[in-house]
Amino acid sequence: MNEILVLAEHRGGELRDVTFEMLGKAGALAGASGGAVTALLLGAGVRDMASRLTSYADEVLVVDHGNLTDFNSAVYQPVIAEVVKSREPSLVMVGHTAFGVDLAPSLAVALGLPLASDCIDVVLDGGAVSVTRQIYGGKVDARLSFRDSATALVTVRAAAFPVEDGARSGSVTELDTPVSDEPAFRRFVQYVEAAIGDVDITKSDVIIAVGRGIKEEENLALVEELAGLLGGVVGCSRPVVDAGWLPKDRQVGSSGKTVKPKLYVAIGISGQFQHMSGMKAAETIVAINKDPKAPIFSEADYGIVGDLFKIVPALKEKIAEARA
Amino acid sequence: MNIVVCVKQVPETAEADLKIAAGGKGIVEEGLALQINESDNYALEEALLITEEHDGDITIMTLGHESSEEVLRMSMAKGAGTAVRVADPAFDGGDAIATATALAAALKDVEYDLVLTGCMASDDGATQVGVALAELLDIPHATYVTEVEVGSGEVTVGRELEGGLIEKLTIKLPCVLGIQTGINEPRYASIMGIARASKREIELKSAGDMGLDASSVGAAGSGTVLEELTFPPVGEGADILEGTPSEASGKLADILKEKGFV
Ligand SMILES: Cc1cc2nc3c(=O)[nH]c(=O)nc-3n(C[C@H](O)[C@H](O)[C@H](O)COP(=O)(O)OP(=O)(O)OC[C@H]3O[C@@H](n4cnc5c(N)ncnc54)[C@H](O)[C@@H]3O)c2cc1C
Ligand SMILES: Nc1ncnc2c1ncn2[C@@H]1O[C@H](COP(=O)(O)O)[C@@H](O)[C@H]1O
Repeated sequence: MNEILVLAEHRGGELRDVTFEMLGKAGALAGASGGAVTALLLGAGVRDMASRLTSYADEVLVVDHGNLTDFNSAVYQPVIAEVVKSREPSLVMVGHTAFGVDLAPSLAVALGLPLASDCIDVVLDGGAVSVTRQIYGGKVDARLSFRDSATALVTVRAAAFPVEDGARSGSVTELDTPVSDEPAFRRFVQYVEAAIGDVDITKSDVIIAVGRGIKEEENLALVEELAGLLGGVVGCSRPVVDAGWLPKDRQVGSSGKTVKPKLYVAIGISGQFQHMSGMKAAETIVAINKDPKAPIFSEADYGIVGDLFKIVPALKEKIAEARA
Repeated sequence: MNIVVCVKQVPETAEADLKIAAGGKGIVEEGLALQINESDNYALEEALLITEEHDGDITIMTLGHESSEEVLRMSMAKGAGTAVRVADPAFDGGDAIATATALAAALKDVEYDLVLTGCMASDDGATQVGVALAELLDIPHATYVTEVEVGSGEVTVGRELEGGLIEKLTIKLPCVLGIQTGINEPRYASIMGIARASKREIELKSAGDMGLDASSVGAAGSGTVLEELTFPPVGEGADILEGTPSEASGKLADILKEKGFV
């Protein structure tokens, strides 16, 4: 293993957590294999970010250019491709984020690199890279290796690895890799913030969250009553919003809200990572699900396995009794 | 506005009790219900809405075994005019880029202004095929798309980023868009439509038909190699409250009371 190249991700002038998570993992892999950790940072006026990265990498490669202000894979991809081609790192890590998924497959095709996406673990054995990724909504783990390629490309799931304090003292290298103008075929227009609704679920100590298991919109009354009894608000997984049963501001997860209530009750939610990333910091998590193998039980503190249409009514009664 | 929609048939696994097949390289598929991948259903609906407003034909395309013709027929029942199944044992076991390679070859002799895919297949969760396909076709792309507005020669799209932030872009046609769930309200096929679609022809394309070398697709053409499937480690896991619904709920109510929530 010679070099592990980590693509630094940032938005609105802030480096995103996934960058440090990947650099931490890259550091551990490099430590075991005697390789070097390199961060690649593209942006405009990114000197502060670059210096922050030096404690996590042996070298920080910077392409600083006005055309790189906002992420646009059409502009970023050729620059990254150029850098990867010239350095031939053994491993390239990109976040499995909205940014990374729009970029990595096109980078892989352009360079003829093998790509494993949404990895939750990366292992180096000798020179060989292998990864673990989840399939079937988190119910099965798949271990993948790479067919002989000098460089393996992976996208890494957010929060798969912890953020550790940086203990390196890398140097900053400014690259003069050419940067194209934003092409006419793909132009960034603007960012639009999610609309603010009338209930801010992030402020509530108690969230009763409901998922696809609720089956019909009419059945929501059941969880609303439970939320009422516990003085909480109703949140939900994405399919409930997709179906139009609850507004977007009630959605918990990577493309919704990140919540940290004292109590989170997940009802009929399987616990795919896009949901769990938004709620796993809750103090106490209770899951009610008829599938004993639902991934939500691995994150929950307490679980009841069974039919929510039997359990929620019984729970309401028991809570009323406990109160009396 | 001619649109190609790439769809995949996937097993329903959220509620199923999955078993890993002997050899550890696949799951036991027997007994699992098969359905159109969730985001692909939204992609098809988006194509129907666009062609209703701007005219044009829809070609529905899948790479899959014979069972996946069910998904093609259901899509024709809703209004897709042409159906293509990219079918060859040579495609078996391909990773996302190998799959995109075969789909790109199948698109060579189709006329299109727009290609829609789902953003992620719920079985492999790769989140790669649409973007890889665009690069192979050498046309622009955007994925995680939750808004599409058709202009002249271009589309304005909204991409959903973390936290629900929307990135607005304009993209020239032809392009590939990876559609995210929730963008519209997918319709149901009518009984009449289903009856009519059952008699329609599905075009089959083999590797040879498309001039693809078998070594460039399927498992042989994949850069990644599946080594082994396992069930995720359970870790600490939840304290499961046992008993009848009433007993288990009683235990939970006690815990919630103890913690001061009741
Ligand atoms: C880019 C991207 C972003 C995403 N962002 C988010 C996000 O922010 N938030 C989010 O939630 N999802 C998000 N998703 C979707 C995510 O991948 C899952 O599809 C979603 O979380 C599944 O929701 P669910 O658990 O309600 O449904 P399912 O996975 O279908 O699970 C339903 C569960 O209900 C259980 N059930 C069914 N009937 C009963 C019953 N009678 N009693 C008890 N249990 C029952 C089943 O056993 C199952 O576990 C995103 C996906 C993508 C690709
Ligand atoms: N075998 C296939 N046939 C047709 N389309 C596919 C196939 N596999 C993936 N796709 C499309 O690509 C999208 C992303 O899939 P994936 O990259 O596997 O997560 C899916 O939502 C489909 O629209």
